[in-house]
Amino acid sequence: MDEEYDVIVLGTGLTECILSGLLSVDGQKVLHMDRNDYYGGDSASLNLTQLYQKFRNSPPPEALQLGRDRDYAVDLIPKFILSSGELTRMLVHTDVTRYLEFKVIAGSYVYRDGKISKVPSTEVEAVMSPLMGFFEKRRAQKFFSYLQYWKEDDPATHQGFDVNRSTMKELYAKFGLEAGTQDFVGHAMALWLDDDYITKPAKQTIDRIILYTQSMARYGKSPYIYPLYGLGELPQAFARLSAIYGGTYMLDKKIESVNVDPETGLFTGVTSGGETVKAKKVIGDPSYFGAGKEDGEGGKIRVIETGKVIRAICILKHPIPGTDNADSAQIIIPQNQVGRKNDIYIAAVSSAHNVAAPNVWIAIVSTIVETSVPEREILPGLQLLGNVVDKFISITPLYAPTSPGTNDNIFITKSYDATSHFETVVEDVSDVWQRVKGEKLVLKKRETEIEA
Amino acid sequence: MSRTTSFKLVLLGESAVGKSSLVLRFVRNEFSDFRESTIAAFLTQTVALDDSTSIKFEIWDTAGQERYKSLAPIYFRNSNAAVIVYDITQASFEKAKSWVRELQRQADPSIVIMLVGNKSDLEAQRKTPKEMGERFAQEEGLLFAEASAKSGDGVEELFMEIAKKLPLAPPPQRTSQTGPRGVKVAGEQESVPTPSACTC
Repeated sequence: MDEEYDVIVLGTGLTECILSGLLSVDGQKVLHMDRNDYYGGDSASLNLTQLYQKFRNSPPPEALQLGRDRDYAVDLIPKFILSSGELTRMLVHTDVTRYLEFKVIAGSYVYRDGKISKVPSTEVEAVMSPLMGFFEKRRAQKFFSYLQYWKEDDPATHQGFDVNRSTMKELYAKFGLEAGTQDFVGHAMALWLDDDYITKPAKQTIDRIILYTQSMARYGKSPYIYPLYGLGELPQAFARLSAIYGGTYMLDKKIESVNVDPETGLFTGVTSGGETVKAKKVIGDPSYFGAGKEDGEGGKIRVIETGKVIRAICILKHPIPGTDNADSAQIIIPQNQVGRKNDIYIAAVSSAHNVAAPNVWIAIVSTIVETSVPEREILPGLQLLGNVVDKFISITPLYAPTSPGTNDNIFITKSYDATSHFETVVEDVSDVWQRVKGEKLVLKKRETEIEA
Repeated sequence: MSRTTSFKLVLLGESAVGKSSLVLRFVRNEFSDFRESTIAAFLTQTVALDDSTSIKFEIWDTAGQERYKSLAPIYFRNSNAAVIVYDITQASFEKAKSWVRELQRQADPSIVIMLVGNKSDLEAQRKTPKEMGERFAQEEGLLFAEASAKSGDGVEELFMEIAKKLPLAPPPQRTSQTGPRGVKVAGEQESVPTPSACTC
């Protein structure tokens, strides 16, 4: 390994693979390594054997009759793609869509007083929704209509309300919306995880509601799309993009050390299998820089824990009750409904997405950990699922880099957070790009590969 | 009325055995002695089986990801045919055999596999006897050919042989076994070619 690279990327999670792809397209010489012998890192999808191996250290029990191993692709991180969101834009601009197929998630639901209901996203749906009483519906209709016509550069549509100065609380008050309505607007549409947004300028929340309704309008049914064969397809597709543009891939490579110049503290290369590869910069996920360890794989610990997420992967042999036998769904339990600070999410997919055997659903219940007994915190979610055939619980610390990397050329990505979509992943990609390149990430349409 | 059916064909084999060269000869009738590595990782070529039926090959190249055991499962996904290439002048036959095993593990059982001994123009430097390839292909139920990307010998023929073996109707199922096709995610302009053009 005598060659010198511009960038070494450690870990093949989605964030790292998008960056690797974009950097290769940009003409950088990229070496991409992973300690595992499979793609995806924390954002991989596992087959049944891998899943049981990871959580139980044993093969899948035959008695459960879960079907063929190869029919499964169980996501470790529950997320969906907002169909008008930034990840979609990135997939289209890089033409990576040609390696993937997507399906629309069948429905988006919100929990209220012990029941789940569809999230209304238009005036018409608001009128039909059981979530609001007669008078509240008329108020909500006015609110939705306001948002529908609201245009940033047309003050006439603002109706005298300064969205940059005034808070969301004031906007709710302007339309007289009840607390329950605020719950589903703020949590099931603006997709905030907690209630901090209420006292912040309304603009952020308006933008998020507009993103939601635009995504909803794109394919109907729900604002989300999902790749067939699981989320693990996404990093693989971006890795292929990187490889086509000259990126070199090495899996199954333990990283012994991340090396820096003792004088300057600048990154010099990584050592793997006794060999040292030189590069100008390194990008990697937190697990390569000491996350959760006394000593980092590279010696020094360069990340800090920012919180914990609990995720329960549940195998079901029936659709989620109350979803009209949907092949997939998102359910949001707003924090207020169950006396919490953070929402509980349920993301469910099934054999319709080629991620499970016929008539098997995979539902992941997740939330940000608030107490010392996190397993009790997700009970309101588990109770909505009906009979659970098997369940795998993980409590994962989230990490962020301690420094931006501009001083030592070591650029570290963030762990996958508790949000239900990929918007924060793309934010992280843009942020790392800016740190690495010193300029903003601008997506250019890729020249199509030569076709005969 | 002519009907065209699309099929995904993947290339496999050790680095530098001439995978891309075979495809460039087939698709563009070009050859270069000093091609560095894969530049066009997705090519298409349509061949006519008869007056009314055409086969469109969507050919996926490894983009070098075979080198360090890093070819992703997405590469094998929904492939209808595979061309496994070895170089008759190099010790690359064993590697070809291991790719057959890999396909049997990862790909759909209905996949049509063609084993190809490339560089048949370099007869004087031959290391792998033709019979060896033939015998292995017969044992494993594969198609077999020797060809030369350089001279063009046998190239068109090997792809035609694959075309004849592909099931013409119904069109290959690319999406889930259950339910309808997925959505097209192609932004404003719907013209972005996806490797899954439906013929129905």
